Amino acid sequence: MEIKIIAFGQIADIIGNSIMSINEIKDTEELRKKLSNAFPQLNEISYGIAINKKNINKNTEINMGDIVALLPPFSGG
Amino acid sequence: MLSTENHLRYQRQIQLKEFGVAAQIKLFDAKVLIIGAGGLGCPALQYLAAAGIGTIGIVDFDVVDISNLQRQILYTTDDIGKSKVKTAAERIKQLNPDIQINILNLKLQNKNALEIISAYDLVIDGSDNFSTRYLINDACVLLNKPFIYGAVLRFEGQVGVFNFEENNSNIKTNYRDLFPEPPVENTILSCNEAGVLGVVPALIGTMQATEAIKIITGIGKPICNKIISYNVLNNEMHEFEIFSDEKSKSKMPKNEKEFLAFNYDWICGVSHVSNEISAENFDLLIAGNKITVIDVRELSELPIVSEFPNIKIPMNELEEKISALKIADTIVVFCQTGIRSLNAVKIINKIIPNASVSSLHGGIIEWKKHQNKIHI
Repeated sequence: MEIKIIAFGQIADIIGNSIMSINEIKDTEELRKKLSNAFPQLNEISYGIAINKKNINKNTEINMGDIVALLPPFSGG
Repeated sequence: MLSTENHLRYQRQIQLKEFGVAAQIKLFDAKVLIIGAGGLGCPALQYLAAAGIGTIGIVDFDVVDISNLQRQILYTTDDIGKSKVKTAAERIKQLNPDIQINILNLKLQNKNALEIISAYDLVIDGSDNFSTRYLINDACVLLNKPFIYGAVLRFEGQVGVFNFEENNSNIKTNYRDLFPEPPVENTILSCNEAGVLGVVPALIGTMQATEAIKIITGIGKPICNKIISYNVLNNEMHEFEIFSDEKSKSKMPKNEKEFLAFNYDWICGVSHVSNEISAENFDLLIAGNKITVIDVRELSELPIVSEFPNIKIPMNELEEKISALKIADTIVVFCQTGIRSLNAVKIINKIIPNASVSSLHGGIIEWKKHQNKIHI
């Protein structure tokens, strides 16, 4: 299954801007786990997830072709 | 009615057919509070003052530093060392003498936030730290005030309108619907650490001023219930819709009393005493043998630590298990790199307020490196 991941801020440094092929991934919790296994540095950063431009507040199903954005908070002013 | 001089000053916007004299009068009557007179606050202040906002309050306790001038172009080299709010107010008076500027040369805190914010119609968040951002969010939600969020890092910025109900939609979202809780200390880079291109806060601060003008005059569609993320390097602009979330409501103080008691510095990890211990000092403590050492990593994490006695309690079990432990007065927690353990210090301090808890700086990886150096 292919999903497109768009990363922002520090997360882009860690995983890069990329289209990822991920097998057997059903939801955002599983995505978080797979990403933190692949990129252990992500364990120590909090970030929000948006699917197809909608921010999600709970575990949400991911479908083929979805665009998943990983959004860390910024504090600078 | 507008004076002839005012007609001339604001002619370019009054002549816009969507705007007219009616919108100009709305701007005259509006009271806007700008929190932070820095990279975001300066351009917002300049454009709002120029547009004729009747009353503008500026909050900042800092002085101008040479490193500010790369992006805070309201200030000049001669201003270094001077109060930001006083200097900003002087400049703005020169730009537009007709408007009222309220100088608030102070740090926004629980004890003054509600009183200050309640005197204004709208707030612009130009702060540079999470503790103030969550404070502004929660105060505005309690007081039912719309606020315009902006934040920057390196070549990217985020902007959004929070706590604003558009067209009686009955939907209002806030910063906590996007990020329910502040990130753990030291995990998110600040502009001091990571840098920022000067034009980025200028763009985002100007967008915040634009949203303020739109909300006050009722023209256009504000960025509410969403945030825009803008990257100047590739000119990509992404919009994300935000939804109201019960879970984030539960993290927020529910009334004035809870708000006053809420420790924003604490939740954002701003600590005035160092709660970290170096590998060298940690070795001295182990040798003294009067400490409890807790490994907060997951049980599966490597390397296994057998060089000194330690108790294994993964982060998610810490709160539950710590109170049942018989522990020494001095506790040191460690994880892989010393970041999770900083959060563990906060959790333990909350449950055992008198305990002396510190986090092993750099985590077990740094400690192992230190051991190798000693033994070579």
